[in-house]
Amino acid sequence: MEHVILRHRNIPDLHRLEVYQAHGGYEGWHKAVTEMKPDALIDLVKASGLRGRGGAGFPAGLKWSFIPKDIFPKYVVVNADESEPGTFKDREIIERNPHQLIEGVALACYAVQAGTGYIYLRGEFKQPARILQKALDEARAAGLIGQNLFGTNYSLDIQLHLGAGAYICGEETALLESLEGKLGQPRNRPPFPALVGLYSKPTVINNVETLANVPPIALNGADWYKKLGTEKSPGTKVFCLSGRVNRPGNYELPLGTPFRVLIEDLGGGIIGGKALKGILPAGASALILPASAIDVPMDYESVAAAGSMLGSASIIVLDETVDILWATEKMVRFFRHESCGKCTPCREGTHWLVREMERIRRGEGKPQDIDLLLDITKNMSGKCFCLLGDFATSSIVSTIKHFRGEYEAATRTNGQ
Amino acid sequence: MLSAAARAEIEAHLKKYPTKRSAIIPALYIAQRAHGYLTPEAIRDVAQVLELEPTEVRSVAGFYSLFYKEPVGKHVIHFCNDLPCALRGADEFLKKLCARLGVEPHGTTGDGMFTVEPAMCLAACDRAPLMQVDLDYFENLTEEKLDEILDGFRTGTIQTDAASVIKSELA
Repeated sequence: MEHVILRHRNIPDLHRLEVYQAHGGYEGWHKAVTEMKPDALIDLVKASGLRGRGGAGFPAGLKWSFIPKDIFPKYVVVNADESEPGTFKDREIIERNPHQLIEGVALACYAVQAGTGYIYLRGEFKQPARILQKALDEARAAGLIGQNLFGTNYSLDIQLHLGAGAYICGEETALLESLEGKLGQPRNRPPFPALVGLYSKPTVINNVETLANVPPIALNGADWYKKLGTEKSPGTKVFCLSGRVNRPGNYELPLGTPFRVLIEDLGGGIIGGKALKGILPAGASALILPASAIDVPMDYESVAAAGSMLGSASIIVLDETVDILWATEKMVRFFRHESCGKCTPCREGTHWLVREMERIRRGEGKPQDIDLLLDITKNMSGKCFCLLGDFATSSIVSTIKHFRGEYEAATRTNGQ
Repeated sequence: MLSAAARAEIEAHLKKYPTKRSAIIPALYIAQRAHGYLTPEAIRDVAQVLELEPTEVRSVAGFYSLFYKEPVGKHVIHFCNDLPCALRGADEFLKKLCARLGVEPHGTTGDGMFTVEPAMCLAACDRAPLMQVDLDYFENLTEEKLDEILDGFRTGTIQTDAASVIKSELA
């Protein structure tokens, strides 16, 4: 497998500027600034079919095209608040291939004619931030970022910003609030950030992995990129494999690779040769898929058709030894802890989900508590201010759907 | 009182943003360094530099889990026991960590050396069990490795760099 994103796995010391440049680094950047009109760059990314890698899968070029031409200043904000349980791909990109991210940010800034890019890293990324800052300093010293780049009148500044521990800041409008120095709570939409974003100015927000895809596209073209992956989901994706597998880790694969290849071939199968029980394809936010989904191709459309979502592609593997109720309680606890408190359905709903799960797991649940859990989720789904509230219900709804027997066994003894 | 150096460091961060308020998180990190947690004086000092009300600063500090409003140990351990790590034995390992230190989760050792906080995902699920000490990663832990690390902090052979990570000069 040829790596497009995790190129450091083939090229030692790729985090060093001279090594990155010796392998085509910043060539696309130089070409864009000196030879391309910003719109041509947007068209190129549109033509590549690149879709956002943060979770939603929205076409990146289309997102950039929403930025109005006549309002200044504009901003590019990079979401490096990688916090979804089971996700650890952006960290590897930042630590091992930081220049590809920086070049991607620079290209996004040029495409929408932003003069400033902010990279928002989760507070726990102190060490990754240090590596990225060093790479950024190198790029500045080499004249790749700064004033009047390559003798043109285009100037660019990129700054790093560390958060301070809040999952919700991965939600793009909460991230903007946090960057403005406020509580990290989501904003109402519309207006969308493309029009009214950071400091109320037009703003593009992209995930780390999305932007790391842009330099190879700028260098090799859209046709080259479209040869990878599927027609509707072109390119490669970094899949984070964790849980009960022999070889957890990041694996960069063409979109559309089946779960089986990742879990059995690359991941070395399940620990102790146990049977697969379920797959969480997008961390704690995803609806769980039963073991029968093992041959589903990992692309946006196929995982959705199978009843879940590809999201950030953080694949958590559960085997037959895992107590589903235990795993579900872990996930709802996560969301209770991370609920920002802004809206009532999420703040109260996550609290009640945890209480109910605790009661059932203590052996004090009654059979009707299963429907009570579902009733709580109905009062949250679609009624919360942002998607975190909806995601908080995913584990409950889907584990009751696929593993209802375990809930019934845990509540049976208490009768009516 | 913020030291002159701390104040200068906050001032330098201001240059990165069009509003002073945006520097609130960097400023709070700097202010927290002096005592390991945010004292009421530290909150007031940050508010003064950023031209905000202390209550505004306190509310932001209260929102984020990496700002401490009460005294904590000299070293704060964040141990991940979220689902992916727990599938690889993190809950049992956390019990061992707490037993070694003689604390409950969220507790601080009697000598004030360590505070243990269970953490939500730290983006290292393939290297469980793992923890951060003062936000430096310690991964693929074994009991032997854990003992070495804790001893290293006690004897001073392991040190974490508390200095600001992100520099503030403009391009």
